[in-house]
Amino acid sequence: MTNSWTDIRNTDLVIVMGGNAAEAHPCGFKWVTEAKAHRGARLIVVDPRFTRTAAVSDYYAPIRPGTDIAWLMGMIRWMIENDKVHWEYVRNFTNAAFIVKDGFGWSDGLFNGYDPETRSYDMSEWDYVIGADGFAQVDMTLQHPRCVWNLLKAHVDQYTPEMVERITGTPTDKFLHIAEMIGETAAPDKTMTSMYALGWTQHSKGSQNIRGMAMLQLILGNIGMAGGGMNALRGHSNIQGLTDMGLMSNLLPGYLNMPKESEVDYATYMSTRSFTPLRPGQTSYWQNYPKFMVSFMKAMWGDAAQPENDWAYHYLTKLDVPNYDILRMFELMNDGRVNLYFCQGFNPLLAFPDRGKITSALSKLKLLVTIDPLETETSRFWENHGEFNDVDTASIQTEVIQLPSTCFAEDDGSLTNSGRWLQWHWKASTPPGQAKLDTWVMAQIFLRVRELYRQEGGVFPDPILNLNWEYADEGDPTPDELAREINGRALTTVYDTTDPTKVVVEAGKQVLNFSQLRDDGSTMSGCWVYSGCWNEDGNNMARRDNADPSGMGVYPNWTWSWPLNRRTLYNRASCDMDGKPWDPSRMVIEWNGEKWVGNDVPDISPTAKPQDVGPFIMNAEGTSRLFSRAMMRDGPFPTHMEPFESPVPNVFNAEMRGNPVARVFEADVADLGTSEEFPYVGTSYRLTEHFHYWTKHNRVNSVLQPQFFVELSVQLAEEKGITNGGWVRIWNKRGSVKAKAVVTKRIKPLICDGKTVHVVGMPIHWGFTGNAKKGFGPNSLTVFIGDANIETPESKAFLVNIEPSEEPVA
Amino acid sequence: MNIDLSRRGFLKLAGAGVVATSLGSMGFGEAEAQELALIRPYKLATLNETRNTCPYCSVACGIIMYTKGDVHQGQADLIHVEGDVDHPTNRGTLCPKGAALKDFVTADTRLTEPKIRRPGSDRFEPITWEDALDKIARAMKDDRDENLVQFNEAGVPVNRWTTTGFLAASATTNETAWATFKVVKAMGIAGFDNQARV
Repeated sequence: MTNSWTDIRNTDLVIVMGGNAAEAHPCGFKWVTEAKAHRGARLIVVDPRFTRTAAVSDYYAPIRPGTDIAWLMGMIRWMIENDKVHWEYVRNFTNAAFIVKDGFGWSDGLFNGYDPETRSYDMSEWDYVIGADGFAQVDMTLQHPRCVWNLLKAHVDQYTPEMVERITGTPTDKFLHIAEMIGETAAPDKTMTSMYALGWTQHSKGSQNIRGMAMLQLILGNIGMAGGGMNALRGHSNIQGLTDMGLMSNLLPGYLNMPKESEVDYATYMSTRSFTPLRPGQTSYWQNYPKFMVSFMKAMWGDAAQPENDWAYHYLTKLDVPNYDILRMFELMNDGRVNLYFCQGFNPLLAFPDRGKITSALSKLKLLVTIDPLETETSRFWENHGEFNDVDTASIQTEVIQLPSTCFAEDDGSLTNSGRWLQWHWKASTPPGQAKLDTWVMAQIFLRVRELYRQEGGVFPDPILNLNWEYADEGDPTPDELAREINGRALTTVYDTTDPTKVVVEAGKQVLNFSQLRDDGSTMSGCWVYSGCWNEDGNNMARRDNADPSGMGVYPNWTWSWPLNRRTLYNRASCDMDGKPWDPSRMVIEWNGEKWVGNDVPDISPTAKPQDVGPFIMNAEGTSRLFSRAMMRDGPFPTHMEPFESPVPNVFNAEMRGNPVARVFEADVADLGTSEEFPYVGTSYRLTEHFHYWTKHNRVNSVLQPQFFVELSVQLAEEKGITNGGWVRIWNKRGSVKAKAVVTKRIKPLICDGKTVHVVGMPIHWGFTGNAKKGFGPNSLTVFIGDANIETPESKAFLVNIEPSEEPVA
Repeated sequence: MNIDLSRRGFLKLAGAGVVATSLGSMGFGEAEAQELALIRPYKLATLNETRNTCPYCSVACGIIMYTKGDVHQGQADLIHVEGDVDHPTNRGTLCPKGAALKDFVTADTRLTEPKIRRPGSDRFEPITWEDALDKIARAMKDDRDENLVQFNEAGVPVNRWTTTGFLAASATTNETAWATFKVVKAMGIAGFDNQARV
């Protein structure tokens, strides 16, 4: 989230698209209710189903799964055509004025430079024209034919309301009604907030869905504002934290990234991370990358990270592919190329696409280790449960070790919510039996492996032997010790860069925040964006002052938010070029003639003059980006792409299947179905009574929603002879599931390109362990293809067939 | 350190003791005192309170956990969970999942001992922590020594281990995440992900 849950109270208009907050985030959604009741805010819901969020909306429109880009580009087109543009914001705070190279273009559904052989674009022309002064060229009048604004206008021109209806199935009158509502927030003192979740991410072009809305929000001037922003609702309680901490194949903490093997040494690695400003006087805060990187390397390897050895650069893995993401790992596993696999609080047998392939892959491991408070289907993937898990147990040679871990009630520590608040919690109860803390488990594994390397030697033991592991009890690091390490401290005395006689922080003391980190090895910090969470003031994440002096739901002394306890990102953009708030009644910060002051921590240098320094300080432009240059593999603007399994061809290019640059493994191609064989669109979602696959272990939740079901329209049920409450079978080339049918008016057939499209909705919560009735998940049917940029599987749009059936046999 | 204003203390204060005192001072007699002596104190007033946050979705509602016994001094059993009225986001409210949190903590299917399933077997059998951890460490060391790509074809040190993978839990704390990160990345495990990917 750019903003926080409690900030939603400040909005004028909420659009929930790609999410279902009333159901999946009920207590956060109360702030929508609050805004409706006390501010007169309105709520728009766009979703394939009439969800529980839609039930309390002011306006609802249906949409076909996987067509959000066409809808959003159509919305941008309408705003431009009807002059619903926040011009001062667009001109100054976006890259609308930047001139783009002549080679960039789009035709037949594709951008320039596409190579079908490599399924990739040559992106060299997707960039600005750089002038003789070394800066990007701009035309502040927005008249230049090659400026971003005019290219955007041309790009969205084809997405007329009629074209939007043809692709998305959203009726033109409903689309135009919503356009009028959204257009009102182009006024400088009106804001809209976008709330989205996995309904937008789980597509082969999920990142571009989100960009589409971000661009709309920028054109309306709604980013940085109280009650505005792009608000990713996020899934798990600490999914934000694990992303921030870099627990991914391609990441390091704080959005630093893993080196590629082409980056043969530290200097080469840093050479593409210089972040020189693209316009005069801009902040380009990533220029501090070396400080964060060296402090991270010192946190990892302490004295073994020295300037002479490039800060132990060669201890880091160098990637030969963009990502060893989950899809690639299970592809390798299914090929017999993975031997050991760990699942810490993770249930891939139900969470990952194409369950048949997941079972096959797990069966080829030598050893699977699960670490979880609960039974999981994954830890028992080898156990036969009739139709619910039809495996040949005796033939599965995988050894499985199931380790019992503690749960939230039994540990101390912080979780980062979707509003970036790091909230500390305290253990309350005793773990059952021999269940152990995850930190203890990791420490015990590490110490044993390290000991084996000490005793026996082995291949490249250095990063293991030298891993910084300074805890009072090596076998049981405490959350306090780990949190202090994440914040970082001075290893030697740190002096002011402009006045070397002035001590900034004494050796051994916690740094105040990341502004004190250095690239000379004098500081360490596990995760720079979290620096400030536990400084010499103590554990700021444990703060519990719920005072709200501004009355705007800022709660500045409640726990701690990253970065720097800032509650609204890009908040400099809430003011005009003179530093005056666009809406004085909802002042976030303002310029007092000397510095930025107000209700939040300014997202800019406190003394940066408003006319000189742009609000998007992380970007080399100083502005936000309507045109994302070569930063995304599938284009600098979002363009309509069908799901890999779609009921209709792409209207711009009938030959194009799915996202043309998404990675597709050879082995999965044969399992893709067509609409002739599988005429119906499947989609997946959560219910409010369940959380993923955990709550089926709880008696109360299992009573509330005991059994797997699917939802389908009255029309489809009549067509197929399906009765409400009867059994149905749903299948495609990848699998087959049986479910109770819920025949409902909440899902209605859509007309797309003259064709009737039926949607079958499938909640995700059942398996073969726990208290609820045994059932299936949609992942038996979903596609093993991910987003072209970040490889999130396309679980929200796939093709199925459906027929009346009998109860499955356990 | 987590309880600024103890609600338990408040309940005690507002309970039978105070009422009896004030009644006594107002001149009521023996009968009322006897009646008051029979009033059961509010059940939660005898329990320990701990502040926590709901572990399900990322709204992160504040909760209060009531335990019989103090976790810092021996056994503490979870009796009740309710929304934290002091929390700015949820202001004491909980959804059907959060309201049933106790069922997760005390579920019949909570795991209580390490287990192993041998190749081809149709059941789990118990294994000690020591044996389980030793076995895991041995398997990791052997696999890493055999399969770590220390240099690529161009001779660049790449420290890349792709035959072992790790999925981290995005319901664990940042502190657990940091400990996990250090161990996994130091060993060179390339296939590392969390639920943010799905």
